[in-house]
Amino acid sequence: MKELVCIVCPKGCRLHVDEENGFAVTGNSCPRGAAYGKNEIQNPTRVLTSTVKITGGAYRRCPVKTDAAVPKGRLMDVMRALNEVEIQSPVSIGQVVLADVAGTGANVVVTKAL
Amino acid sequence: MYDLIVIGGGPAGLAAANSAWQKGLRRILIVERDKELGGILNQCIHNGFGLHRFKEELTGPEYAARFIEMLNSTGVEVMLDTMVLEINDQRQVHVISAEKGYQVLEARSIVLSMGCRERTRGAIGIPGDRPAGVFTAGSAQRYLNLEGYMVGKRVVILGSGDIGLIMARRMTLEGATVLACVELMPYSGGLMRNIVQCLQDWGIPLYLSHTITDIQSQNGRVSHVTVQKLDENRNPIPGTNLEFDCDTVLLSVGLIPENELTRAAGIEMDPRTNGAVVYENMETSVPGIFACGNVVHVHDLVDYVSAESERAGAAAAEFVLKGKREGTALTVQNGADVGYTVPQKIRVSDVEKAADLFFRVRKVFRDSVIEVRSGDELLLSFKRDHMAPGEMEHILLPRKILDQARGDTLTVSAKEA
Repeated sequence: MKELVCIVCPKGCRLHVDEENGFAVTGNSCPRGAAYGKNEIQNPTRVLTSTVKITGGAYRRCPVKTDAAVPKGRLMDVMRALNEVEIQSPVSIGQVVLADVAGTGANVVVTKAL
Repeated sequence: MYDLIVIGGGPAGLAAANSAWQKGLRRILIVERDKELGGILNQCIHNGFGLHRFKEELTGPEYAARFIEMLNSTGVEVMLDTMVLEINDQRQVHVISAEKGYQVLEARSIVLSMGCRERTRGAIGIPGDRPAGVFTAGSAQRYLNLEGYMVGKRVVILGSGDIGLIMARRMTLEGATVLACVELMPYSGGLMRNIVQCLQDWGIPLYLSHTITDIQSQNGRVSHVTVQKLDENRNPIPGTNLEFDCDTVLLSVGLIPENELTRAAGIEMDPRTNGAVVYENMETSVPGIFACGNVVHVHDLVDYVSAESERAGAAAAEFVLKGKREGTALTVQNGADVGYTVPQKIRVSDVEKAADLFFRVRKVFRDSVIEVRSGDELLLSFKRDHMAPGEMEHILLPRKILDQARGDTLTVSAKEA
């Protein structure tokens, strides 16, 4: 039995994951928590948020995120890939700036119109 | 003459203006001092916003964009790059901007939604040198996420508020080494999920009941900090020194509601929240002036700011269209281990179905009970598996229960089950 804190939402439910019984989750208050508990023990993933360089916008950096969770061990590979990205204003929310980033299958998308 | 002037165009002001529009007000103005709407959400590029409100996980800028889009479909006016200098109980708003100079605007109602600012080094008196390299976590966040400046390479974070935790992860992702997060209290001030995903994910140690007792510098920049463990009276324990070579100290040591306008207008303040005393509909002690969001009390979640601010906006509309509420008020008192409540006053005859009550407890609880009493009589109780000062609690007080209250006070308390 492993104990962990659910990070799906700010509620922070205290989960118990039973590795010997098909990773059954208790302590969750929604189905997303159960899925998180199962996943976190077997293959922890995170949505990555960061910024990329932008020219011609109101700010010098444009916020972005991965459109899917990527394996925790690959986050720094995604960051390295983002260092190479430079975009030009105007951009809109959801616009893909880097597809299949670092071979993770996730796309990096804009989170603020600039 | 405006029906409503909203002061501050962050999440609170946006929600209040939208809501007042939906309730029928047509001459609404938002005054914002920054060059765009959205407030602090613009620099909060991390995700986790909107799970309650939109049932999906948004980043700060995305959450703001949802509300700005809603606003764009209304006729609400917006003044950007404009600072409010003064308001008064006649509901006059003195504003100044480079473009239009000094103006005195008049309104039938006002919503105060100025948010809060960070506590600085001066407010907590850290001993040592006064070099460059000491930032509040929020200003470092703005430098990094909007302006594109990395503020340091080896970082110690003082305080475990959410902004500090978020910045621990953010600085790590951008290549800095975050050596430690140091917290004065025996518990974290931030959300548990942020302890997990911002510190534990990256192997950053959290030292509870510790503080920085010295900052040293070389060539005008932070070079070293000393951290010490504290006893139960928060005095440093000799011989417990932890030494860190670092170039940067980030402070996440609390937020102060920004209430200079509120105080100067003679509005009654609550020393526990550093915000205005408010009624069940977020009205302050001055009829027709409402307050919502972090200027009233510091929230954990923007979703709750939006919900509270929609109530304030709706109440401003009710005030303009139907006149003021006249009911007599119950005062909510803080019982054992309750730090504050919002609202502080409830006009029972004006409560339709139930009144929302928000509060914070003073210590960490496992299995516990929240109790609402009128004198000695227990009116309501709520069970909780877990409560902590870093996590705001919310209960609903049904009208039919409030009607049973005797006298003019209610007491809310917390205890172990």
